[in-house]
Amino acid sequence: MTDQALHDPGMGQKLRSSRNVTERIILVTLLVCGAISIATTLGILWTLGTESLLFFRDPEVTITDFFLTTAWSPQAGSFGIWPLILGTLLITVIALLVAIPIGLCAAIYLSEYASPRVRGFFKPVLEILVGIPTVVFGFFAITFMTPILRGIFGNDVVGFFNVLSAGIVVGILIIPLVSSLSEDALSAVPDSLRQAAYAMGASKLETSLRVVVPAALSGIAAGVVIAMSRAVGETMVVTLAAGASPRNFMFGQESLWDIVNPFVGAQTMTGYIVITASGDLSYNTIDYNSIFAIGLTLFFMTLGLNSLSRRIVKRYRQEYE
Amino acid sequence: MSVEAPERLEIQEHFPTDAEYDKLLGKKNRKGLIAKMFFMAALATAVLALAALLYTIVNESFGLVAQVNQNEPEDIVASFGYDPSTTALADLSYDELVESLGGGISTNVGRRLEREQRFYADKLVFESDELWAEICSSDEPPAGCDSSPRDHAGVLQLVNERIVQPDIIAAANLVPSLLDPQAFEEDVEVTFANTPERFPDYTFDQVQFQWRAWLNPTFLVTPQSTAPETTGIRTAILGTLWLVIITITFAVPVGVGAAIYLEEFARPSRFNDFVQTNINNLAGVPSIIYGMLGLAIFVRALEALTSGAIFGIEQANGRTVLSAGLTMGLLTLPVVIISSQEALRAVPNSLRQAGLGVGATKWQTVRSQVLPVAIPGILTGVILALARAIGETAPLILVGAASFITADPTGPFSKFTALPIQIFQWTALPQFEWQHLAAAASLTLLILLLILNAGAVILRNRYSRRPQ
Repeated sequence: MTDQALHDPGMGQKLRSSRNVTERIILVTLLVCGAISIATTLGILWTLGTESLLFFRDPEVTITDFFLTTAWSPQAGSFGIWPLILGTLLITVIALLVAIPIGLCAAIYLSEYASPRVRGFFKPVLEILVGIPTVVFGFFAITFMTPILRGIFGNDVVGFFNVLSAGIVVGILIIPLVSSLSEDALSAVPDSLRQAAYAMGASKLETSLRVVVPAALSGIAAGVVIAMSRAVGETMVVTLAAGASPRNFMFGQESLWDIVNPFVGAQTMTGYIVITASGDLSYNTIDYNSIFAIGLTLFFMTLGLNSLSRRIVKRYRQEYE
Repeated sequence: MSVEAPERLEIQEHFPTDAEYDKLLGKKNRKGLIAKMFFMAALATAVLALAALLYTIVNESFGLVAQVNQNEPEDIVASFGYDPSTTALADLSYDELVESLGGGISTNVGRRLEREQRFYADKLVFESDELWAEICSSDEPPAGCDSSPRDHAGVLQLVNERIVQPDIIAAANLVPSLLDPQAFEEDVEVTFANTPERFPDYTFDQVQFQWRAWLNPTFLVTPQSTAPETTGIRTAILGTLWLVIITITFAVPVGVGAAIYLEEFARPSRFNDFVQTNINNLAGVPSIIYGMLGLAIFVRALEALTSGAIFGIEQANGRTVLSAGLTMGLLTLPVVIISSQEALRAVPNSLRQAGLGVGATKWQTVRSQVLPVAIPGILTGVILALARAIGETAPLILVGAASFITADPTGPFSKFTALPIQIFQWTALPQFEWQHLAAAASLTLLILLLILNAGAVILRNRYSRRPQ
């Protein structure tokens, strides 16, 4: 560019406008990238919604039966989602019973007791658990956990497919979620609180359990809720280890133990979706549409849990920042 | 030693004596110690669970097997004049393998194999030229007419399957094989003595005991087969690679673009807040839901595109590696966006101000100042997203990854299978051999992930060492 060109006002104008055009094109392109995420959400809602609508329009199905009856046997034409929700809930409860004590205690140890070196070693080790594919956990459940459980309680008590094995392994899978989110929350508690407790003569244990943990409780709760959402949506472990028969029940006819017995199998919502889809699934059949109705229920369950967790975190931030 | 309590302490009913104080303190300390042990035990339990998982997989991947061969590989090698002690079956040349195959199967079987896939591009082994020309010009020519010839691994598998015909009748895990190899042999002998009806075709003398690494080089390069003794995961590995390529091609540009928009261009507004919340929500959606989205959108609604029909490719349906890759792209998008946002946020503002200060436009500043600094961080996030895409199983089942497929995927419109699908299918089979194969495939998958994660760690270290 010559000096003359620099002094030419028309040239500057031209350059500026071409720059502006490029900027606009770039901005629109980037905006489209951002909008794809919204399109994904809309796609999920639209897909699940329309296919579910087809399912509920089917003469064999009514929406009240779907939400209010307790037998899921598509071959017999009864579509009550509760047996599948029951399977999901049983596994989620067992998983939380495993993950909350182990995850929380490990987090207390790492945050309050461990030296920085120990913490620097164990935190990444726990996070390895998050990176292992869930199908490998499913293999682990069948070849390691189930035989151990059958050895302890007896082959006649524990079925080959059982809720307990699946629940424990899902619990192991979500330990790092509980522990790393809890550890973050515990570490975020200001040191002044700990020093105040020590000054009052409290021991390390008393400080940890009565001062630090309560102060971090909302963060811990948020982590637990996230872990729960993950357990509800977990698919491969439950498909492999919990079996493929929905646990149909009738209130008043079965004993409570038969409904919640962890030693036998129970199909979950995710398990049903996978098993149904892995066969030769023909479109526009009632089986095909039913997986979308279950998917929609699952979507709202996890969405609710995730929003709950975010709400808890928001409150926790207001407290300390 | 007792000290008289001063008057001002009389308000307390009982002030502990030194002895009592020591006792209380001791109790408190013991309690503290027990609690500390308890917390440590919790951490140890979690680490032990990880160790148990890895132990199970390695334990099942190697070990002694009891095997019966119809023909010994040594004899085949010796028949070509090689020394069986130094030359293995896999060392034979392609021509020799074809020859030994031809010597052991009937012409009819040979013809069938040749019609599936030919042995040489320029000549026929089992078919006659006239008949071949005839069947290839018929209305439905077999796959062998136009496809490329078999390769060494493929023919080796055929020789194993058709000539050697190994049958593994029992297998032990790694640790028992190491600790007590005799026990396994005795077990098999006892089984033969007590229940000969379980192995009607064999006598105990035919059984060979040998070490088998279920995860071995042949396993990696051999296509899938219905026989557990000769199956492999080549098709699955290639399927996973195709999947990864398509996922990156989609998710990285879109994800990084969205992150740049949100971090560098978007002003706080209700719409942009909504986009951000939406991305956080998407990160929490179970992967199986993405599978259903992929099934309805990519496999069904966009079938013409994903099956390649609009490009003139004849494909039965949209259950292709392209559909699966796009589904995985959507699934990993939130991860890519969130980690890229973090990388961009870590870039110091002074760089942006310097760029804008010398008259660069916003995009020029981002492109030449911000992005180069953020790229290692972005790459780390991309690798972690990829690791997730490689391990996900449920969405692949939903979009219809085939469980049994012997042909390599050749392009985005191929039918495919993938490593996690193989593990899922094999784990669900009842026969014991498949459990060992599932373990070997799991080990392969974990090693692949380990390499990826090591890459991410190296990138992160290099990034943090760099002066800013």
